[in-house]
Amino acid sequence: MSGNYLPQAIDYLRFLPEIVLSVFGIVIMLLEALMRASARRASLGGVALFGLAVAFLANLWAASNPGAAFSGMIVVDGYGTFFRGLVLVVGALCVLNSLSYLDREKSQTGEFYALLLFSVVGQCVLATAADLIMVFIGLEISSIASYILAGYLRDDRRNNESALKYFLLGSFATAFLLYGIAWIYGLTGSTNLAQIRTVLDQGASSTLVAGLAAALLFVGFAFKVSVVPFQIWAPDVYQGAASPVSAFLSAGPKAAAFAILFRVFMVSFRPLNARWIWLVWGCALLTMIVGNFAALLQTNVKRMLGYSSIAHAGYVLVALAASSQIGIAAAMFYLASYALMNIGAFAVISYIAARNERFVKIDDLAGLGRREPVTAALLAIFVFSLIGVPLTGGFFGKFYVFQAALNSHLVWLTVIGLINSAIAAYYYLKIIVAIYMKEPGESMEHLAPPALSLRIAIWASALGVLILGIFPGTLLSMATSSAALFR
Amino acid sequence: MNLLSIVLFLPLIGFFVVLFTPRQSKAPFYTALLATVATFLLSLGLLAPATANGAQFSSVINALWTDVPGLQIHLHLGVDGISVWLVLLTTLLLPIGVWISDSMIRERHKTFFALLLLFEFGLLGVFTALDLFVFYVFWEIALVPMYIMVGSWGRGMRGPVAVKFFVYTMLGSVLMLGSILYLHSITGTFDYVDIMSGLNSGSFTLRPAQQMVLFLGFFAAFAVKVPIFPLHTWLPNTYTQAPAPATFLLAAVMSKMGVYGLLRFSLTLTAAGAHSAARWVSVLAIIGIIYGALLALVQTNIKRLIAYSSISHLGFIVLGIFSFRQQGADGAVYQMLAHGISTGALFVLAGYLEQRRGSLEISDFGGVANVAPGLSTAFMIALLASVGLPALCNFVGEFLLLQGAALAKFSWAAWAAIGVILSAAYMLWMYQRTFLGKLNTQIGEFADLRARDWAPLLPLIALMVWLGIYTQSFLPAISSATSHLLEQTNMNNQYQVLANPVRPEVADVR
Repeated sequence: MSGNYLPQAIDYLRFLPEIVLSVFGIVIMLLEALMRASARRASLGGVALFGLAVAFLANLWAASNPGAAFSGMIVVDGYGTFFRGLVLVVGALCVLNSLSYLDREKSQTGEFYALLLFSVVGQCVLATAADLIMVFIGLEISSIASYILAGYLRDDRRNNESALKYFLLGSFATAFLLYGIAWIYGLTGSTNLAQIRTVLDQGASSTLVAGLAAALLFVGFAFKVSVVPFQIWAPDVYQGAASPVSAFLSAGPKAAAFAILFRVFMVSFRPLNARWIWLVWGCALLTMIVGNFAALLQTNVKRMLGYSSIAHAGYVLVALAASSQIGIAAAMFYLASYALMNIGAFAVISYIAARNERFVKIDDLAGLGRREPVTAALLAIFVFSLIGVPLTGGFFGKFYVFQAALNSHLVWLTVIGLINSAIAAYYYLKIIVAIYMKEPGESMEHLAPPALSLRIAIWASALGVLILGIFPGTLLSMATSSAALFR
Repeated sequence: MNLLSIVLFLPLIGFFVVLFTPRQSKAPFYTALLATVATFLLSLGLLAPATANGAQFSSVINALWTDVPGLQIHLHLGVDGISVWLVLLTTLLLPIGVWISDSMIRERHKTFFALLLLFEFGLLGVFTALDLFVFYVFWEIALVPMYIMVGSWGRGMRGPVAVKFFVYTMLGSVLMLGSILYLHSITGTFDYVDIMSGLNSGSFTLRPAQQMVLFLGFFAAFAVKVPIFPLHTWLPNTYTQAPAPATFLLAAVMSKMGVYGLLRFSLTLTAAGAHSAARWVSVLAIIGIIYGALLALVQTNIKRLIAYSSISHLGFIVLGIFSFRQQGADGAVYQMLAHGISTGALFVLAGYLEQRRGSLEISDFGGVANVAPGLSTAFMIALLASVGLPALCNFVGEFLLLQGAALAKFSWAAWAAIGVILSAAYMLWMYQRTFLGKLNTQIGEFADLRARDWAPLLPLIALMVWLGIYTQSFLPAISSATSHLLEQTNMNNQYQVLANPVRPEVADVR
């Protein structure tokens, strides 16, 4: 690295999305303080949306000037841009989801949107981090905001439980991560991802100790992306948090944590591939199986989607186990389509749930096909995408992941993964059975048509899922070309 | 515009149009009828080019779908002397399905008609796909609307039954997806025609062990769909609980997806695998024939009885395919058509019975011929066709199938023939208890068939006779396609036995 540590203009440009989001987050907090008590706080959600849109443009601008910034602390490349874009879209969809939800719960504040923006800032940092210190900072920014969001409805018991569990286990995981970083620094004398690789490539240090350090980092990330055996928090948190927050947690922080997990393992620890691949192999297998089989028994939709998100983390890990360029591209595509379909499904659930989330059983969806045929059809699209039926993004994601695995000769992992995805159909179909094959119950009695903002979120997610499923070419080429430049 | 692309996408367009028709009107019905009838009429145009040279694919569509490095997928479709008949069977039976749905489906017509059209789109894709990826996509597209039809409009325990149907089928098809991916990792393409020409020119070979793995993956999907014993357990409940038009389509066309797949893909792509599996597959087919027939014998429900008879009949087709003989393959294609038409007619008639009596338990009927002679006569004709009476369609198919089986191994044909005898027994016994004798006093009003009820039956009856007598209008085209197919099977099989490319100079050029 050069001796000049003063940031240049180009450094700021490459960091622009994070700057924009932070500024908007602070502006929202200031605006709220200046607002009269009677003013409608929902307009602050509009400000947040605008901020996310500006950040998205900033991301595109930054992408036209790729390279490292701040002495190699972050790096703007195709991969980072992709994930930044993804978490920004996730953030925008979640703001749209929350607008009517918070109105209904009478908890509309600017604080919520500010926290959401700060969390997205952390995820953007994670997407572009090129140094373990930045990884730690990004993870903390993202997590601390998420902990508060999980417990946002503070009078709700389940919200409190959710936030506390998330916080305790999350901090525990961060400790592992930090310990791993310390080991790596001791071993290689650097926290820069590329330099760590250079040192490891020389093979001077003991691979056993380096492997243990990698394992510590893996444990830290595994908590964040809910990989078995570090998944126990996920169902409780997703069930307890407010639905739009659950949607956010299962999409944004997860995608960002996966982004950095792939970057650290495919860049820094590439030389140790032979050591960690079996660890990832085993975790992928367990994660798919535990997630799917536990989901089979659930009656609460949010909890079921919590377990399903564990299972989906398993599929993404299969792509990491493939440890190839096509595996990286597959994981990128998978996370994008998963984010869209899961947010869409949670959006419909938050719509049915009514005040205080009274109706979150699978049976409460009964008769939706009669009451709201359009919303029901869109939910069906999300569910079929989660199953992995062709012409949806979920199918192409799975297909590409398993192709990557097979190309890396992971035959058994592929077979077991495929069978898993068929078993998963069983619990997802419970939702279809409820909405189309059962008579409407109490939950349908006072169901008003969805609010405009919610409708936009649902439609946008559904269109995204279908476009990814029917015309996957654009995003896949983007993912493939940025994975090819992965260094 | 290629004719096939119009035939394929017309149902899809119809699907979207139906979605925008007003709910409380006849518009969805007329739109669906118009779309399906137009599709049928247009599909007739595929016949001439496809039968002119049955061995070649005609009306080929080949468009790039995705162009990602390592994942080139072409929307590659076409018809030959085998698939064109299945396309016609589909396009013929769909308008009939739409027609009978109008009176048999009592609520949410609009959604039902939309799903029927989506189903037709999926089926046509399955029968014409020449790219394995595209084949898989259509395979699943056909499944989803059928699942919703069974689950939403079925009777009794429809929800769990539909879920079992879906998950069972999905378990098979994901294994097929595994095989497709594996084949792609070996050959680098999903294109069936490319893979076949690669195999023929020896530019790549599949070792017997690889072929066996590939074969088993494909077989899992096809065997569930056929279904082959012991993977049939989803079928009786699904057929019984499904609404009448859905049962009709399940039995008449959807059951052909599996056997078509076996014939088209298992026999050619994995010839050596198929050859080494032929023994146990044939044994399973024979078990299915006899087991299905015996269970049909003891059924008390008409729909359930026809469902088990379907298992039995499809066993014949599988046996014929795995005889690797010209007669067997011809018979398989012929029987697909014959079974589609005769069983289709039986399920339409069962639908009429259910509509009139509200039940399909044989004990609820008796002496129906006294009050409904027309219905009874039509049922008799379809039944005789189904049991294989000469001069009606199934006879030709079963004869060829048994001939093929006998050429392969005589004892197989002998065992299978037991199924023919049993089919006469269970069908005629059911007929006797349902239609003959004194009128069951509990039957109140029982209307005979009206003109609108006859309308879908007449073309089916006409085809039963046509297929039974003028075999020459169908067989030549079928034979030229199947002989080509068997040629490829034998060639690939021999290549595998030699285990080296026969024309090394071609491999070198590549």
